[in-house]
Amino acid sequence: MSVPVLRLGDVLIASIQAALTDRDLLQLRDDLSDQVGRFRARGVIVDVTALDVLDSSAIRTVRDLAHTTRLRGARTVVVGIQPEVAFAMVQLGLTLEGVATALDLDEGLALLRQEDA
Amino acid sequence: MPAEVHVTIRDETDIVTARQRGRELAAIHGFSKTEQTFIATAISEVARNIVAYARRGEIVLATSQDQGRPCIVVVARDEGPGIQDVEVAMRDGYSTSKGLGMGLGGAKRLMDAFDLISAVGKGTTVTMKKCVR
Repeated sequence: MSVPVLRLGDVLIASIQAALTDRDLLQLRDDLSDQVGRFRARGVIVDVTALDVLDSSAIRTVRDLAHTTRLRGARTVVVGIQPEVAFAMVQLGLTLEGVATALDLDEGLALLRQEDA
Repeated sequence: MPAEVHVTIRDETDIVTARQRGRELAAIHGFSKTEQTFIATAISEVARNIVAYARRGEIVLATSQDQGRPCIVVVARDEGPGIQDVEVAMRDGYSTSKGLGMGLGGAKRLMDAFDLISAVGKGTTVTMKKCVR
């Protein structure tokens, strides 16, 4: 299942809608990295609101994705980590260090605008 | 109470199926949403190890009682290469294939009880349990 990527000005928004396999997440990483160049995006938002589980492998992939798009020149924010998922991530000891996070899409966009200013 | 749930683990989509079944079972038995997430995440970790190291195996989900509290018991079984040094494998940061190597140690922290038996060349069985608080 591929993740649709929306464009909002110079921001790409990937809204993950279902339980994804690692392969889907890796595909998303490659797609976003490519689209940052194609659309000259300056920001990327990865919305994980719909994800009810982020295991160590998925967390690693999301982290790599964020670092990759950042290296491509786009600020990347992960938004919508659910409270239960956040608790589990803390237990796993994997807290997406070095990756910007925000409560939801609105806050994520606000964060990107702030950094633009 | 429903009978045991068996999920055959052969590829990544089975990992998702196993953790969804675990969450459903936990929800039926009164686990909080956070506990459901912990159980689903722990299942995901052990199922992923099956796919990564043994290629195939199975997850068995069952329920039990502990001093009147409902519990979920997860057994992850494979006939893969086995683990040479269990103590080292449980250590955070150790991995012979990929990932951060935090899967097993992380799964242990998410559950109440965690037991791993492995024989090199024969396979690995992980048994985990969590009871309603």
